[in-house]
Amino acid sequence: MSAALTGRLSIFNDKGSRVFLSALALVIVVAGLGNLLVPSDSVFHVSTLTITLLGKYLCFALLALSVDVIWGYCGILSLGHGAFFALGGYAMGMYLMRQIGDRGVYGDPVLPDFMVFLNWDSLPWFWHGFDQFWFAMVMVMLIPGLLAFVFGWLAFRSRVTGVYLSIMTQALTYALLLAFFRNEMGFGGNNGLTDFKDIVGFSLQADSTRVTLFIISAFVLALAYLVSKYIVTSKYGRIMVSIRDAENRTRFLGYKTEKYKVWLFVYSAVLAGIAGALYVPQVGIINPGEFAPLNSIEVVVWVAVGGRGTLYGAIAGAILVNFAKTRFTGIFPEAWLFALGGLFVVVTIFLPKGIVGLLSKRKSVLDAQSTEKAEAA
Amino acid sequence: MKTVEQAKEILHKEQVWSFMQSESAVDINVDKDIILYIEGLTVSFDGFKALNDLNLYVRDGELRCVIGANGAGKTTFMDVITGKTPCDSGSAYFGQTINLLDKTEAEVAQLGIGRKFQKPSVFEALTVYENIELALKTNKSVLATLFYKITPKQHERIKDVIHIIGLEPQTHLLSGALSHGQKQWLEIGMLLVADPRVLLVDEPVAGMTAQETERTAELLTSLAGDRTVIVVEHDMEFVRSIAKDVTVLHQGSVLAEGTMEEIQNNAQVKEVYLGEDMVSEGGAA
Repeated sequence: MSAALTGRLSIFNDKGSRVFLSALALVIVVAGLGNLLVPSDSVFHVSTLTITLLGKYLCFALLALSVDVIWGYCGILSLGHGAFFALGGYAMGMYLMRQIGDRGVYGDPVLPDFMVFLNWDSLPWFWHGFDQFWFAMVMVMLIPGLLAFVFGWLAFRSRVTGVYLSIMTQALTYALLLAFFRNEMGFGGNNGLTDFKDIVGFSLQADSTRVTLFIISAFVLALAYLVSKYIVTSKYGRIMVSIRDAENRTRFLGYKTEKYKVWLFVYSAVLAGIAGALYVPQVGIINPGEFAPLNSIEVVVWVAVGGRGTLYGAIAGAILVNFAKTRFTGIFPEAWLFALGGLFVVVTIFLPKGIVGLLSKRKSVLDAQSTEKAEAA
Repeated sequence: MKTVEQAKEILHKEQVWSFMQSESAVDINVDKDIILYIEGLTVSFDGFKALNDLNLYVRDGELRCVIGANGAGKTTFMDVITGKTPCDSGSAYFGQTINLLDKTEAEVAQLGIGRKFQKPSVFEALTVYENIELALKTNKSVLATLFYKITPKQHERIKDVIHIIGLEPQTHLLSGALSHGQKQWLEIGMLLVADPRVLLVDEPVAGMTAQETERTAELLTSLAGDRTVIVVEHDMEFVRSIAKDVTVLHQGSVLAEGTMEEIQNNAQVKEVYLGEDMVSEGGAA
């Protein structure tokens, strides 16, 4: 009995986790070595473009993971997680802008190009400190976390749940979209932040930097996966499931459910912020478009397609859908949104547990048979 | 007018003034042998008075049955004292010192008032064991649960409770797979493991078979004494089998209080609630 209990809590005992972590390790080794060691005329060479694309997928996977933690386990459907992702991205972008120094078009040693263009003569107060890498990294987590805390505290304390909460999160990301579009905000208006040169002294154009960023993304994803797995298998995780299924009942057991929800929401937002910060140096731009409500809805589709409430399902979904998107938009760009919508409908109707649910269906049938036998014996 | 009422409250004969209580006094004071003081509770929803000047005193360790027709205010009464529904006026004290009306659901639960709902509500995506584990009386703060490790003692306690409710073969089965009666029992188990001072049980035998009903009656009677049990029930047969004292609610206030026999012979009760067939049945018993 106690062996079974500790077995459940052990992270590596879970088959899905093992498969996911080994696949991730394999991709790092093959892609990393394939780019740096294999000569570029070989068929086994992995182009830098592919590395960047893979790195981008991993950032999206981390974003999907953050949504699955709150939606799959706690039933909080956030349609505004793109906002936390974009805020993390902006914090990273501000650091990268400050790193340009006097290499910008206007050659101002302190002011980024867009500020010179707007005739500003000094750096706004909130841009100070972003020339330090550590400061920017703290902000990557602090800003999304703080916003999530304030938003979550107000919403969950007033017991806003379900559809109403989802609509509020949409409004949140839309409001930020409009705000960041304004030049007066001091974040580069609709052009956003771009033209980055280097990160902690390494050129962003170099292959080795690209591969390193990709490997860091993979490690962060693995770490976030393990921490999230720990949380959802802890007692906290079981309370989250209780809140998802019967919040009132959980309150009557003596748990202050709003506190549990707020802290989980903050954790999830921090993960999304980190994903955004890893995304920006790899794609080389961050603009208000990342706040678009559609982006946040797309994340939910990834999670639904992969299968919610499993963590690795969300990651698989994010990678698969984005791979399909890359392919599809290459062939027939206008139809992508229709395909995405169609995919969501198909998954909701035919695969309520996503792709992962399809795979584990057979396994649970076998499990049920073996328990029946055990009970009979 | 308001000051007069405030003055009245302050000078009430059983009032323990807050400045006379030490800050840390969270002990339940039952010196007067009464655990729940419900006085003048009034709750209205859109003008409809669900509770109308309800007064009720529950002795420590007794088993009290609350009966009443639909809409008599039985469930609302439970909602108010467990912090779910705010009330318009009145007071509810747990022991002599603890005001229940300014507490949230979670705080009331942590004070030791457990509640079982009318509809069995267990966490269907968790196993029987996990359901009981969540109800355990432990530190329920966020950090404590994040790094929570079950102790052997707690493990034994959970197994004991599962034994009492007779769900040992289903220990690691998802509770969603249990039958209706088993879910009711699991919920009672969740109440037991929390070790509450007061148990509020809303229609525990609804939908149970005769045999299950009998076992439930035995369990509830055995619990009274150490704990105070308040049962809301429709099933008169069941009430008669467990109750010593019965309170009849009608239109949000107490209509009558006494032993089952007294209640059955109360003319007013007969008229509004028990009805003609009840009288003949009571005569037969």
